[in-house]
Amino acid sequence: MELHILLIFMIFAAIVAIEVKDLLSSVIAVGAVGFALCLAFLVLKAPDLAITQLVVEILCLIILIRATINKDLPLVIEGRWIFNTLSTLGFIAVFLLFSWLALKELPRFGEPIMEVVKKYLQEGVSKTGAVNIVTAVILDFRAYDTLGEATVLFTSVIGIMAILRRPGRKKKNEK
Amino acid sequence: MRNNPETGMTLIVKTITRLTVGLILLFGIYIILHGHLSPGGGFAGGVIVALSFVHLMLAFGKDVAVARISKNMASNLESIGAMMFLLVALLGFLGGSFFLNILAKGNPFNLFSAGTIILSNISIGIKVGVGLFAIFLALVVLEKSK
Amino acid sequence: MILYFLCLMLFCVGLYGVLRKRNIVKMIIGLGIMEYAMNLFFVLIGYRFHGRAPIDAKDQNIFNMVDPLPQALVLTSIVIGLAITALVISIAIRIYEKYGTFDITKIKRLKG
Repeated sequence: MELHILLIFMIFAAIVAIEVKDLLSSVIAVGAVGFALCLAFLVLKAPDLAITQLVVEILCLIILIRATINKDLPLVIEGRWIFNTLSTLGFIAVFLLFSWLALKELPRFGEPIMEVVKKYLQEGVSKTGAVNIVTAVILDFRAYDTLGEATVLFTSVIGIMAILRRPGRKKKNEK
Repeated sequence: MRNNPETGMTLIVKTITRLTVGLILLFGIYIILHGHLSPGGGFAGGVIVALSFVHLMLAFGKDVAVARISKNMASNLESIGAMMFLLVALLGFLGGSFFLNILAKGNPFNLFSAGTIILSNISIGIKVGVGLFAIFLALVVLEKSK
Repeated sequence: MILYFLCLMLFCVGLYGVLRKRNIVKMIIGLGIMEYAMNLFFVLIGYRFHGRAPIDAKDQNIFNMVDPLPQALVLTSIVIGLAITALVISIAIRIYEKYGTFDITKIKRLKG
């Protein structure tokens, strides 16, 4: 029951974040969505994800506020209002149709199919020595995923440094 | 951490920051080291370490934080973290395959157990923390130097 | 089943923001909301009634753990999402410097 309340709160906060005019209020509303997601992870028995989501949300808010402060847009009268809205709603209708077809094949909520994980749960402690099964999965059984994640993060840092670089300045003058 | 009134925020924020920033850094290192025993691990701990430096930068201005870790040092440390993780992966070839856990497992529920997982956690923590701090440093340097 | 549907509604709100809004920051926020909905959907699939967190206890055996595999996948996905948000924000800052606006229809020089 508490999951329903949290999800409805998240939907309302997301609508506020999309629709409000002021950019700073919009960023704060998306922060509310992130913290509600952290609570939902706690209810779903995933404490690792709750800690990570909490700290990542704080850093994400700082970066977003840094980008949007003092840079506001005046209200614009948008042209072709009816066409844009109708095409957007059409895309969303197509998405909902296909997702409804896919949802019929999923297992019911609360009764997962645990074929692969059965082996991890039985042999996790004896094979890796780690008590936290999530850590055992991401750093031992499926460490290739973590290697790929490290590569993505490395590429992203290189990309940001290349985009934000000041061209044509000497190192001596750089502050 | 000298008290320069021209840069950074007010005196109250600076005093509180001086008290708490060390505790935040220590908590991040605790989360990294206990990743195989309790919730947390390299990702969450690394972000907490990055947040402690971001906290320092927001309160005292850019120069105090850059004096701790400069931009070149951040890039170097991030590369070192990535290399350490790859080295831990290649260490598995001594036992036969990539990412094989060849060190002694030890007793469960001890701090020094779980073989290579604790080494992987430390390298991931260094990489994530310093990488996110480098991202924030690049964003702030662009804002200031207009 | 109604939880899955609410999660999809959250995804649709993000999709509406990405497709309909003309401000770049609003589009980035819509992208973030879509990412949240997708992470939550993964964890919802792995939940089990009366389950415990996937961490062993010292003095008792725990038999009804929730599925740890989606949690492990989402854990990497969260950090990747932060990196993607920072990358897109840096591109948006560059666009604001060059054109002086966040409005995507005002960036005329892209039209060629």
